[in-house]
Amino acid sequence: MMAKNSHNDIDNPPSFVVEMRGIVKRFPGVLANDHVDFRLHRGEIHALLGENGAGKSTLMNVLAGLYRQEVGTVLVNGQLVNFSSPGDAIQAGIGMVHQHFMLVPSQSVTENILLGLDKPRFRMELAKYDSVIAELGERFGLRVDPRAKIWQLSVGEQQRVEIIKMLYRGAEVLIMDEPTAVLAPQEIEVLFNTLHSMIANGKSIIFISHKLQEVMAIADRVTVLQRGKTTAEGLEIENITRRELAHLMVGRDVVFRVDKKPSEPGNVVLDVQNVVAENDKGLTAIQNLSLQVRAGEIFGLAGVAGNGQRELAQVITGLRKVNQGRVLLNNKVISNRSARFSIQRGLAYVPEDRTHVGTSPNLSMTDNVIMKNYRQPPIARGWAIDMTTATTFAKDLKQDYDIAIPNVDTPVRLLSGGNLQRVILAREISGAPTLMVAVQPTRGLDVGAIESVHRLLLSQREAGTAILLISEDLEELLALSDCIAVIYEGQIMGEVMDENIDIIGLMMTGMDLEEIQAGGSAKNV
Amino acid sequence: MSEMDTPNNSTSSEEIPPSEPIIRSFPYRLRIEPRMEEPARWYPFLLFLGALVLALVIGGFLLVLAGGDPLRSYAHIARASFGNIGVISDTIVKATPIIFTGLACSIAFRMHLWNIGAEGQFIMGAFGAGAVVLIPLLPEGTPVWIFIPVMAVAGIVAGAFWGFIPGFLKARLKVNEIITTLMMNYIAIAWINFFIFAVWSEGGFQMTTKFPDNAWLPRLLDYANRIPVFRGLTTHLGFLIGVLAAFVLWYIIFRSRWGYEIRLIGDNPRAAQYAGINIQRNTILVMMVSGALAGLGGMSEVAGVVHRLQTSPIAAGYGFTGIIVAWLAKLNPFGVVLVSILFGALILAGREIQPSGLPKMIQGIILVCLIASDFFIRYRIRFVRLGEEI
Repeated sequence: MMAKNSHNDIDNPPSFVVEMRGIVKRFPGVLANDHVDFRLHRGEIHALLGENGAGKSTLMNVLAGLYRQEVGTVLVNGQLVNFSSPGDAIQAGIGMVHQHFMLVPSQSVTENILLGLDKPRFRMELAKYDSVIAELGERFGLRVDPRAKIWQLSVGEQQRVEIIKMLYRGAEVLIMDEPTAVLAPQEIEVLFNTLHSMIANGKSIIFISHKLQEVMAIADRVTVLQRGKTTAEGLEIENITRRELAHLMVGRDVVFRVDKKPSEPGNVVLDVQNVVAENDKGLTAIQNLSLQVRAGEIFGLAGVAGNGQRELAQVITGLRKVNQGRVLLNNKVISNRSARFSIQRGLAYVPEDRTHVGTSPNLSMTDNVIMKNYRQPPIARGWAIDMTTATTFAKDLKQDYDIAIPNVDTPVRLLSGGNLQRVILAREISGAPTLMVAVQPTRGLDVGAIESVHRLLLSQREAGTAILLISEDLEELLALSDCIAVIYEGQIMGEVMDENIDIIGLMMTGMDLEEIQAGGSAKNV
Repeated sequence: MSEMDTPNNSTSSEEIPPSEPIIRSFPYRLRIEPRMEEPARWYPFLLFLGALVLALVIGGFLLVLAGGDPLRSYAHIARASFGNIGVISDTIVKATPIIFTGLACSIAFRMHLWNIGAEGQFIMGAFGAGAVVLIPLLPEGTPVWIFIPVMAVAGIVAGAFWGFIPGFLKARLKVNEIITTLMMNYIAIAWINFFIFAVWSEGGFQMTTKFPDNAWLPRLLDYANRIPVFRGLTTHLGFLIGVLAAFVLWYIIFRSRWGYEIRLIGDNPRAAQYAGINIQRNTILVMMVSGALAGLGGMSEVAGVVHRLQTSPIAAGYGFTGIIVAWLAKLNPFGVVLVSILFGALILAGREIQPSGLPKMIQGIILVCLIASDFFIRYRIRFVRLGEEI
């Protein structure tokens, strides 16, 4: 680890375009940036590496004027700056290209770029600006037709529009927030060429990423964040190995342990066989993925967000079709059937999004807990619902799971995250499932709530339920799982039974297990 | 901005520097905040009454400005709509079609299906019921107890069909139901006009022949021989059917599996999908039930009041009023019945004091106040002393 706060140079060399010192930014319940330092040289590509939630985006949002730091200073070209809006930041030459583009689909490229600017004032004079923008794009190798409408463009082209937008506004420093996440491999290559040509034109680039191989390929230097703290600042890429970077990114001691009995895995309950599936955009999200989960075990699936976890959970729970392969639950095919089909065969699902998928905010707690069993007696009485039974059922769950809610008629939107998650778990567990798919079950919860969720999952495991735990929180996975697999770009990189966090970290960044083991024996790091 | 140079003021927020100027004329400020707890049960009722009173006070000022006496005017309005059993009956007759269209809208809106085609479905229901008489589907002299149910079924089927089309388009092709239902209103009007003006026109007049007595819904005045009080009362069986429909609808929405699905889809379609509910199927079904209710309303109006097919009293905008009624009733079926009666009274009163020209405006003020009062269900307003934040 690098020692921080050791530098104390008042008159910094002019080669720093951006210097951030001791940035602290707090969100309710989280310290997103804890005295973070970051320095950007002129004319370099500087990667900002870290897991989800490490504080990369927060730090860059501070630099781009979207957030304001609580403590710490930002210097641009040696001048102390104090941005109160993204407009201020762009004035100082700092532009950010966000992961989600902010473009108007029905308008042309030129119109999007001019949007919000003072000039042109009234008459658009599009023909004139079209040529200005075409010229600007040509200079930086960003080929895009200025007259095309945004909806006609591919994602890669839209990204180019966003970049031109920033260049047109005079950005000297470009912050790219996970620019490759939305791109196809060929487009990534084009992007990298663009980045190089921008450097050649004197710009400086901050490249936010959690993909090691990309960072190794494109960056000159790298700063690594872990849980809001800098673990390495401005390391030269040439002097560091991928393994060391992985360690800087995820390596840590496991803080808390959960008491759990040794597992007694039973029969295979969930059998995912060579599944291929697409995401919402029609791109392949899961590639030939297979895994098995047995009764009475917690199978942890680690991975950085956006590597197919969401799609996999949806495939298993019947909410997404598979293109190839199949999913078996207790030896019955459940893929490409329906959500209802799987539910009736003992599948419980704790979705990632508690408020938008897992519950219905304006309905009462009673209505929310009968979501899965309202079709069966005793809740169902013919085509009617027995409200007395349903209310008793809800009251029992409220008692058993210690849900803090005034009464069971209260709409669940008034509940805290932890209580809401208990409502979901109570509902899912009360169905005595044979398989439970839990995605990020503790995200955003406080420590007490996390502990209670963990206890519930473990007691389900002891009751013989097969549990697929999909999480980005390595600590949680290590504490709970009997076996951890890592997913990367829709493929399983490998499964480990022990708790070698470095190997998991490497797999999370795209090395598969065999590669690691071969490399590990060849050269010791 | 000033905290940049002082790194030690990280946690404590109590010690706010007295930078604000102390001289202020009013030491309090209004704060609007979302309600974090459920309001008590009586609260919405009180709010409803409060809004009504406020609207009447505002309307009173207008009446004074127009040179009228507000108290006397209001007394007159009250007498005109609830003053004696005769006008109460008239109010109910006016309320009956609105009950049906209000119920039709309420079930569709409950699932967040914006059916603004209750008007067209109402008209088609009237057409269906009229067709039974005018084709004629049943021989002359068929007893009432056969005639009326057949007309009701025809009205329901025609309305449901008119709801099915946009429902199907929405479910299968994702066509916006607001546009289709709105457009189908105009088709329905053109359709019924064609039959009234051409096919079933009575001697070239823009109406059909009067229905025979056995195609009339029973009215209170029919029993005036035995119960003299009922003399002259035109309240017909349709009102009873409407109230009954409200009970059934309440039971379906709040006590049946299907109603549960509707509520779940309406509140959070993604959760409904997650619970394994077929949204497409329910979209079609709900649009059909909504259309059927409006269609039944159309049947009730022709068989109970108009007794013939004629454009102006049938296509009188009941479907559009139903939209407002459904919202004011917060989509509750019983609320629909109550609000419809209020609307019936307003329509009647409006006609009564027409010369003063103000009743339409007062109607509008009442509506705006009732709709705006909804704000206080979701938010509350607090006075906050300046400086005492949060």
